[in-house]
Amino acid sequence: MTLANVVAATMFAGITLYALLAGADFGAGFWDLFAGNAERGAPTRKLIEESIGPVWEANHVWLIFVLVTLWTGFPSAFAPIMSTLYVPLTLAAVGIILRGASFAFRKASRTLSARRIYGAAFASSSVITPYFLGSVVGGVASGRVPAGTHTGDVFESWLNPTSVLGGVMAVIVCAFLAAVYLAADADHRQRPELATVFRRRSFAAGIAAGVVAAAGVAVLHADSPDLFHGLTHRGAPFIAASAGAGAITLVLVARRRFAIARYVAALAVVAVLWGWAAGQYPWMLEHELTIKAAAAPRATLAAGLLAFGIGSLLLVPALVWLLVLFQRGDLASEA
Amino acid sequence: MTGVLVASQTDLLYARQQMALSLGTHIVIACLGMAFPFLVVVAEWRGNRTGDAIYTTLARRWAKAMGVLFAVGAVSGTILSFEFGILWPRWMGRYGAVMGLPFAIEGFAFFLEAIFIGIYLYGWDRLPARVHQAVGLAIGVAGVASAFFVVAANGWMNDPTGFHIVGGKVVDVKPWAALFNSALWPEATHMILGAFIVAGCLVATPHAWALLRGRGTRYHRVGLALALTVAMLAAPVQIVVGDWAARHVAQKQPIKLAAIEGVTHTQRGAPLHIGGLYVDGAIKGGLRIPNLLSLLAYDDPHATVQGLETVPVSDRPPVNVVRTAFQLMVAIGFAMLGLGAWLGLAWRRRRSLPRSPWFLRAAVLSGPAAVLALECGWIVTEVGRQPWIVYRVMRVRDAVSDASGLRYGYFLLIAVYTGLAIATFTVLRRLARVPLPAETEPTPPGAPA
Ligand code: HDD
Ligand code: HEM
Ligand code: HEM
Repeated sequence: MTLANVVAATMFAGITLYALLAGADFGAGFWDLFAGNAERGAPTRKLIEESIGPVWEANHVWLIFVLVTLWTGFPSAFAPIMSTLYVPLTLAAVGIILRGASFAFRKASRTLSARRIYGAAFASSSVITPYFLGSVVGGVASGRVPAGTHTGDVFESWLNPTSVLGGVMAVIVCAFLAAVYLAADADHRQRPELATVFRRRSFAAGIAAGVVAAAGVAVLHADSPDLFHGLTHRGAPFIAASAGAGAITLVLVARRRFAIARYVAALAVVAVLWGWAAGQYPWMLEHELTIKAAAAPRATLAAGLLAFGIGSLLLVPALVWLLVLFQRGDLASEA
Repeated sequence: MTGVLVASQTDLLYARQQMALSLGTHIVIACLGMAFPFLVVVAEWRGNRTGDAIYTTLARRWAKAMGVLFAVGAVSGTILSFEFGILWPRWMGRYGAVMGLPFAIEGFAFFLEAIFIGIYLYGWDRLPARVHQAVGLAIGVAGVASAFFVVAANGWMNDPTGFHIVGGKVVDVKPWAALFNSALWPEATHMILGAFIVAGCLVATPHAWALLRGRGTRYHRVGLALALTVAMLAAPVQIVVGDWAARHVAQKQPIKLAAIEGVTHTQRGAPLHIGGLYVDGAIKGGLRIPNLLSLLAYDDPHATVQGLETVPVSDRPPVNVVRTAFQLMVAIGFAMLGLGAWLGLAWRRRRSLPRSPWFLRAAVLSGPAAVLALECGWIVTEVGRQPWIVYRVMRVRDAVSDASGLRYGYFLLIAVYTGLAIATFTVLRRLARVPLPAETEPTPPGAPA
């Protein structure tokens, strides 16, 4: 494996973790939106607040990790992606601001009206953000970002069938992950009524994901033949694994085996993402720029990997500690 | 650099405005992200050691505000990472490989910060006190580290090193040399000290305000004393470090120095002007001190100072903006020295805060003043570098995106930031209004603070 491939894989691991961790946080916001009026939705919202409060900021940093790895390791891919897709990226960034700020504001507010306003901002931005990030993925994956210093079509690059599919899929997948994770959380916290609610929602989201994915086959076939080819050839085993894992998740959820179900659900998402990566390899920008051509000089890649290695030595223990404390319920009492 | 098509001049202007707006917002909250954790931990530690409930109450209430500010800081920083690509793709595409490393390292500092803030805020009652305090310290250390690395990137823009340009191509990239550019040391030191000043003063402001309005209690006095003391310890050092930064500018960025001081013609034994305006190539009004500029910048009263005339008009930064910002920053720096001396003397004599309401008024003002100095400092650095995005290597207009409609993003952000500022202020005020626990009895009305 070349150094460039190692860095690309590292970055893609970051994308995967962002999707699994922050994706579930966005999905929790999705369910917050549909939790019902203030009174009826209170227990659901409380569960959501408790299960993302201590971790969402750490989960969010994976996005930063991906961005800085992309611009340091593959500057000539970063530049055209960001400039061509600046509209959905700006909207996603605004969504990120609203989501993070309003979540914190809601927690710090006591009056019902303030909590309502911040809650609405939190929940709607939790849907907007993954949509636009998903549409960015669609734009990149369908080869709509030209390499070089000239910006591609700033509208068609994200207002196209593949991007819409990417956006919708992102929202549904986030909702699916969140429903399964929250069912497990509710179960763990001995709130069976909430576990039942999220069990139902896991089904709804899981089935929706299946239906959209099936429809997506036709969309990709018509709109992005290269991506379609990649997903159905080199990516095929991954896609099959994803479908299988998705189905198993639903069976596990049906049997109330939530603790295992959450890992299998995560696996389904990981498989789709790596199916995309495998399908698109070796292109960073389809037919425009390979990973090798986009890569920074060797010295930069090596320095980045060294920083990554040393950083991980600090990061991994801290992250594990956070998760252990969180699972043990030691992060329950707010200052 | 290359004669590529560039966006219209107006879009360039909007892009610069947008960058300034987002950075100017982020930096204020980032300062709190760096230094506020230290204040909170000091209060927590004093509370645990002395058993004085006031300190524990302070720590807990400050921590709530810190949690809110952290969320705002994290999201306001995220948008910056987007903007680097959205607004300046040519800069990132061409030099990302040279100057990206500090950001890649900074990413890990962010991770640690975000992890420890989660543990700190939510682990208050479950973790042993020592562990909890250590976690709080770790937030601050990670914050300072992230500032160090991000300023390394900014230092590189001022003193670009670690690469060569051969035949229009960037070659021979040495990312570590780029990271450890010479501007890093004075800039990072000045920035980190600035963060302690800004955070200390901003925290002092509402406490002083409550005391001034007669709503104050011992709680407010202790909070004011603690926060302001931290800021006032940093203030004198900041002047020395500012001098270091200025000397570095004189060495490496002579045209920026010329703009800071309004020097048109290259001259030996240059005078220093305090106040006044730059009109038609000379300073009108203000106080003129012969030879002082040469002395301050080069340790020699007869040293030669390079003038703006040595570069074409199009390569000169806007003198009055840079110069006024610099003068304001320095004036505020010295005013803080005075405030610190007042505080220090009263403390030595009576072990208490100065009694005069004028002290409280000054303390209320110190927060906004510190923020003003911070923004002015960045205006000196960034506007003083114009028209270069990378000093003498790449012009801002060659870096900007050629995408159409960038201005609408800027308009959207103005609305978002306005809403964010109002909401942050409202939420923090609400937190401050939550009644204090019973053990912190109020001062009888009319009593001096
Ligand atoms: C709280 C704030 C604060 C205060 C009281 C001062 N400064 Fe400052 N200054 C900053 C906050 C700041 C800053 C954090 O905003 C800057 C912007 C870039 C940097 O590294 O620090 C800065 C930049 C900056 C620069 C430009 C550096 C460059 O472009 O590379 C100079 C020459 C000075 N300062 C000098 C001073 C002097 C002589 C001061 C003394 C009285 C002073 N500053 C007080
Ligand atoms: C590491 C930190 C920073 C980096 C990498 C950075 C980078 C940039 C870039 C790329 C631009 C646009 C190009 C240009 O006008 O030169 C810019 C402009 C600007 N930045 Fe910074 N900046 C940093 C810190 C800050 C901070 C903290 C402030 C706070 C106020 C700030 C204030 C400004 C202003 C006012 C402009 C507009 C200058 C003009 O248009 O004349 N910068 N900066
Ligand atoms: C001199 C300028 C800067 C300083 C001193 C600084 C410092 C900091 C600090 C201390 C934090 C954490 C505090 C908090 O979350 O409240 C932070 C957050 C952040 N900053 Fe900055 N920053 C600067 C400029 C920039 C620039 C130019 C960028 C991007 C290109 C940036 C990107 C970020 C990001 C992405 C975060 C959020 C990290 C998270 O998710 O926790 N910062 N910054």
